[in-house]
Amino acid sequence: MPTDTIFREYRPSDAERSDRSAGDRLRHRQKVRESIRENIADIIAEESIIGKDRDRVIKVPLRGIKEYRFVFGENAPGVGQGDGNAHPGQVVGKVGKDGPGQGEDKAGDRPGVDYYETDVTLEELIEIMFEDLELPNLERRALREIEAERSSKRKGYRHVGIRVRLDKRRTAKQRVMRKLASVKEAGAEPPDPVQAWQPRRFPFHQDDLRYRHVEVETREESNAVVICIMDTSGSMDTMKKYLARSFFFLLYQFISTRYRNVEIVFVAHHTEAREVTEEEFFHKGESGGTFISSGYQKALEIIAERYHPSLWNVYAFHCSDGDNFDSDNPAALRAAEDLAEVCNLFGYGEIKPLGSRYYESSMLNIFRRLEAPNFHTVLIERKEDIWPSFKAFLAKDRIKETA
Amino acid sequence: MANYELQDLIDWDARIRDKVAEFGLDCYPQEFEICDHTGMLGYMAYSGMPSHYPHWSYGKSYEKLKTLYDHGVSGLPYEMVINANPAIAYLMRDNTLLLQILTMAHVYGHNDFFKNNFTYRTTRAELTIETFKAHAIRVRRYTEDPSIGVDLVERVLDAAHALSWQCRRNLAIRKLSREEQVTRAIEAAQPKNDPFKRIHRPQEFHEPEVQRVPLEPDEDLLLFIRDYNPFLVEWEKDLLTIVDEEAKYFIPMMETKIMNEGWASYWHKKIVESLALEQGLHLEFIVRHNQVIRPIPGQLNPYHLGFRIWEDLYRRYTDPTPEEIKRDGAPSKSGLEKIFEAREVERDTSFIRRYLTEELMRDMDLFDYQARGSDLVVDKVSDPDGWREVKETLIRIVGTNGIPVIKVEDADFGHNHTLYLKHSHDGRDLHLEYAEKTLSYLQRLWGRECVLETTLQGKRSQLCYNERGFSIRALK
Repeated sequence: MPTDTIFREYRPSDAERSDRSAGDRLRHRQKVRESIRENIADIIAEESIIGKDRDRVIKVPLRGIKEYRFVFGENAPGVGQGDGNAHPGQVVGKVGKDGPGQGEDKAGDRPGVDYYETDVTLEELIEIMFEDLELPNLERRALREIEAERSSKRKGYRHVGIRVRLDKRRTAKQRVMRKLASVKEAGAEPPDPVQAWQPRRFPFHQDDLRYRHVEVETREESNAVVICIMDTSGSMDTMKKYLARSFFFLLYQFISTRYRNVEIVFVAHHTEAREVTEEEFFHKGESGGTFISSGYQKALEIIAERYHPSLWNVYAFHCSDGDNFDSDNPAALRAAEDLAEVCNLFGYGEIKPLGSRYYESSMLNIFRRLEAPNFHTVLIERKEDIWPSFKAFLAKDRIKETA
Repeated sequence: MANYELQDLIDWDARIRDKVAEFGLDCYPQEFEICDHTGMLGYMAYSGMPSHYPHWSYGKSYEKLKTLYDHGVSGLPYEMVINANPAIAYLMRDNTLLLQILTMAHVYGHNDFFKNNFTYRTTRAELTIETFKAHAIRVRRYTEDPSIGVDLVERVLDAAHALSWQCRRNLAIRKLSREEQVTRAIEAAQPKNDPFKRIHRPQEFHEPEVQRVPLEPDEDLLLFIRDYNPFLVEWEKDLLTIVDEEAKYFIPMMETKIMNEGWASYWHKKIVESLALEQGLHLEFIVRHNQVIRPIPGQLNPYHLGFRIWEDLYRRYTDPTPEEIKRDGAPSKSGLEKIFEAREVERDTSFIRRYLTEELMRDMDLFDYQARGSDLVVDKVSDPDGWREVKETLIRIVGTNGIPVIKVEDADFGHNHTLYLKHSHDGRDLHLEYAEKTLSYLQRLWGRECVLETTLQGKRSQLCYNERGFSIRALK
């Protein structure tokens, strides 16, 4: 042979330095993320994620990152090798699966092996979902920014302070130390025998005093409360409840993921309203007629008692099928007006599974008369609507500054 | 861990090369690079190229390979060798000495094949590394150009990748230039010389449509778009050229997968057996060799198929059975001459057509299968009635025959610059979802409506993609 073979030895330093695919991998991951975001509406519709553990792994289909080419479909034949007794009619595989004859050699032959889905934990998914959502108008009014947290912490000792914080034990210790030091100093000459038996007075000195130091920590943050109001009357059938709960579940996850200091209040109502726990809200059903006004009144009560609008950003969301008793409508409208006044945002989601809006009464017509800029309604007809309506309520750029 | 020193490899390489020369293999100079598994994964993701332009799909392929490797679904190949002059091969550092010996012998088989098989003549092996590097530099420059940027580059590359295999398959056939096509069309339109002109009716003259684009159906979709979409700017055209050049570099590999792997396996066996290994190494060799070339029931292992055909071909010209002499006549040349001739002038389709015999097919128990409902069902087996059909099916799926043949028929269909393409239907329908998405890429590059004529479940149909989206029209 004309020339010698060249051997290039392995050098670990080279291997460490050149991660050539890093950029392309990053770009690919961005694509995966984008693809997940595009498909969120479907994921929410398909996966019953309510009340699921946050570590749960969800399969998410990836549509954006498949590499398409012209390939043959399922009626394309293939050739395989038998074990010696293949016979016509024998079943050798499943369509769509990586059937026989799908060696690596036939690039571009068929759709082939591509991963169509990826595993994502619910936690990650929620994070991706809520990336560009926010409680709207949160920081609109500076007045509402108050001390979110006020805590006092002991932090060390000082020579000066107020009387009540004097630390007697430490002060006495200081005096003893000073006394010992002074004896040692004087130790060069023998103690005066006359004075030795006489207790010498050694008073406290200004330098001995030790005061506890307290630091007050305040964190300025806007206070917000979200009031979830759900209709739990008899007309809310399983499907409606499922839709409403999915909506509130998203809301709940969103708030607890993104805001640390937001309080959430759950109100369930039929003809009467009461405040319930999170557990009850998501898992218990009730029955009876519907007075929507009762839910709003309860919310107003709670706001008046605990969350004064001058101190709190108040958000109220209500989900109902709109099947209200006619006699209650004027009251409901009035209460909704009041609520819209004290809230930063008041959202009403009407749950009408497909078709039911033709024979059931709707509050949407009634709320049309309500002209508050911060009042919003959406119609949720099927699972796929949950995410868009959720986004409609909370999209960052949705609210125009009305001030 | 590795049970050898670099010097061992160099010594063994010298012995292997003596054998290579003795057997008459004709190779490019060889370079071996020793790498670890991360390096190997990296090379695999970028088709073995030391330098390659960036695109997210390579990141995807790396992640996929790595996931499969980490979960033990698939191991790594023992080697990877690229068709270049000098040929570059990567050896896995953690392999045992025997595996390195086997791998090096195998690599020389590929090397000889790259240098001598006719399909590789168009790949310009001496420029491979430089070409890929130049492509990488150009693509990076466009990506870094503030007026272009990665998003626009990706837009074109995504679309171009989707169409890259829609190009000419047999690159040994020269493509006529437009002028040559025009000349040929005019010549074809000339009346034929008719010795009985006086008694025949005068021939009608059909004026050739020399204005038509394309004059003859064109298979090079990317190049066609580059040449006939006037709205593309230079960097976009350049990207199309780059993707097309790369695809054409890899077409020969696709065309000769079975021959090439078979050839390398055939020679690594001959070479290693002639090295007179000590017993321990030899036993390991037998195990490893059989892992490589073993048949995989229900599937088709190209190593196995290729190896068996080469072996059978050699045997038939060295030691034919009486029946074979009766059927084919006595061999006119030696087995060695025959296989060297075949490695030069065949590709997978012709190789299988000529040299895969009925007996061999029966011995390997080849069958063809078809989807029936949700099952894949064996249709014909290699018995006296079915073997021809199985062979035909096999020929239809090897090499580039797994890619639908789609040609541009008209660049100005309906006089509104619609791109009209025709799929040469051979019984296999297109995968509709994939066709839709790929058409959308085609429309992105062409800029106007694209219509693809094909057959869906026996009905002539047109798949259309325009700014309003995808639609299917039935043709009468």
